[in-house]
Amino acid sequence: MVKVSLKRRTAASAVVLTLLAVGAAAVQAAQPARRGQAAAPAAAPPLELVTEHVRGNIYMIGGDGGNVTVQIGDEGVLIVDSGFAQNAQALLVEIRKLSKKKIDYIVNTHYHPDHTGGNAVIAPTGEFVGNVRVGVAPRAAIWAHENVLTRVSTSTGSVKEPLIPAQGWPSETYFTASQELVFNDEPIQLIHMPNAHTDGDSVVFFRRADVIATGDLFNTTMYPYIDAAAGGNINGYIDALNRIIDLAIPAANEEGGTMIVSGHGRIADEYDLLVYRDAITIIRDRIADLIARGMTLEQVQAARPSLDYDGIYGATSGFWTTTQFVAAVYSNLKQAK
Amino acid sequence: MYFTRLTRGALAVLALVGGSAHAQVDLTGMWGQLVHSDGPDRGVGPDYGDYTGLPLSAAGLLRAESWSDQKWTVPEHQCEPHPIDYAPWGPAGMRVWSEVDHPTQRITALHQTFQWMITHRVIYLDGRPHPSQYAPHTWMGFSTGKWIGDKLVVNTTHIKEGWTRRNGPARSDKGSLTEFWMRHDNVLTITSITEDPVYLTEPVVRSMNWQLDPGYQHGPYPCSARVEIDRPQGFVAHFLPGQNPLIAEFRKNLGVPIEAAQGGAESLYPEYEQKLKAMIKAGKK
Repeated sequence: MVKVSLKRRTAASAVVLTLLAVGAAAVQAAQPARRGQAAAPAAAPPLELVTEHVRGNIYMIGGDGGNVTVQIGDEGVLIVDSGFAQNAQALLVEIRKLSKKKIDYIVNTHYHPDHTGGNAVIAPTGEFVGNVRVGVAPRAAIWAHENVLTRVSTSTGSVKEPLIPAQGWPSETYFTASQELVFNDEPIQLIHMPNAHTDGDSVVFFRRADVIATGDLFNTTMYPYIDAAAGGNINGYIDALNRIIDLAIPAANEEGGTMIVSGHGRIADEYDLLVYRDAITIIRDRIADLIARGMTLEQVQAARPSLDYDGIYGATSGFWTTTQFVAAVYSNLKQAK
Repeated sequence: MYFTRLTRGALAVLALVGGSAHAQVDLTGMWGQLVHSDGPDRGVGPDYGDYTGLPLSAAGLLRAESWSDQKWTVPEHQCEPHPIDYAPWGPAGMRVWSEVDHPTQRITALHQTFQWMITHRVIYLDGRPHPSQYAPHTWMGFSTGKWIGDKLVVNTTHIKEGWTRRNGPARSDKGSLTEFWMRHDNVLTITSITEDPVYLTEPVVRSMNWQLDPGYQHGPYPCSARVEIDRPQGFVAHFLPGQNPLIAEFRKNLGVPIEAAQGGAESLYPEYEQKLKAMIKAGKK
């Protein structure tokens, strides 16, 4: 078992509680509000799920926390991530518009509840043949890096219960550099990206469709959320972006070809990922330069090292602000010195 | 997308002078580009540090001054074409053709290719809506058009991040484009209005002309990236803030005060000329 210091658990619980609050209504059916949890906001925005076709038998459903990737075929359905718990039924309705076949697999890109919250609701509606046992209800298999299982199954700080209920925990894990699956005649690679967004990140590469689901390693609408308490690090983040760029091949004129389903935001391709990688690298380099010149965090914040990208990825409120991003990068770089 | 007062005013003027009861005109054909103005900017390109006449925001200026042309040594950047809001600026010999719905003989779309890297763009004229916020962005964006008299008004969204000038000023992926296509005999004029809430405080307005040239033909333009300078993985070309040694050269050579070289909305208007004269007279650097 991985031992986690009290300080890191407390910081991790703060992150987790904030994510749960952002999920609007309390996770009532699966996870009743408990002492120590932040109260949900008074009025949740209306849920609007939007389905976009990515390529071939791959679709993306946006609007429920993290983007959900859906692969359909004669064998059944595979989804990458499952959104928030409270929106799981709505997500199922949307998936059923694409295919009525059973959900065999859920693959989680990382442990955050806007990507794993729906596991406990969706998995029991599915059926993975490897899980069939006499007297046991069928359920989908849930794949993830083993650090995801560690994070969702252990209590963190003041939260006394695990992050998601047991029926939503990954049932299949890997701890090596990658894991291979084949489903609907499609080779699928789960590739671990260490210490990036978290310590349990996977990108999911649909090799025949040439589609990569990145989870929160890539967002078109926000700065990288560095979950430092869960092993996230800016340099690991940039390494991960560079590795995904190496996997992607554009069709022509740096457009199309490998399609990329981001964790939040629109469907993208290599160029969009390149723009993001460049922005994050430039901001990191600027902060590193300011640190080298002896500046404190307050001085770095005042220098606004991300000014030219704030209008695209920044936020002044919500669960991950520009200020928090700059502070996280500063902290990572100071610790690395 | 949103319209600024400038754009709404332009639309109103066009509606008043719309004119012909026969509305649509034939925009198809091979069009040779006419470069009457801004030749150096459209040809060999602007100098480092020349942002004159661009309504850059503070974010836009920082982005521009951080830019390095070493970007083009990175293979992943080499085959980037001009985005649709820059492409007509040049090189932009153009082929335009139409799609026709046979039963109704209505033109349902116009297609456009540009000389530079043979980018292909579709302007939908069938009233379809623009895609959702989750749809991919492309270099040519998603365009819909409608006729106002004999002028075609085109709205484009979903454009990949690009540039308003080739020496650093960027245009974010939140930007949008409005165009007015006007044909006079065998001359085609496109007035374009680029808006960007991130890097521009006002729209960038350009007008460009083409002449019908039946003998003009595009050549193929395949692009494949090459490694010419061995860079470490993840290399990103940029200058740290305040440390770009190249941006001062333009203003020093031409005696342009730094405030003017940095552009800004004020510098777009004719009255700025008086302010510039006063700055130069006062010896302002």
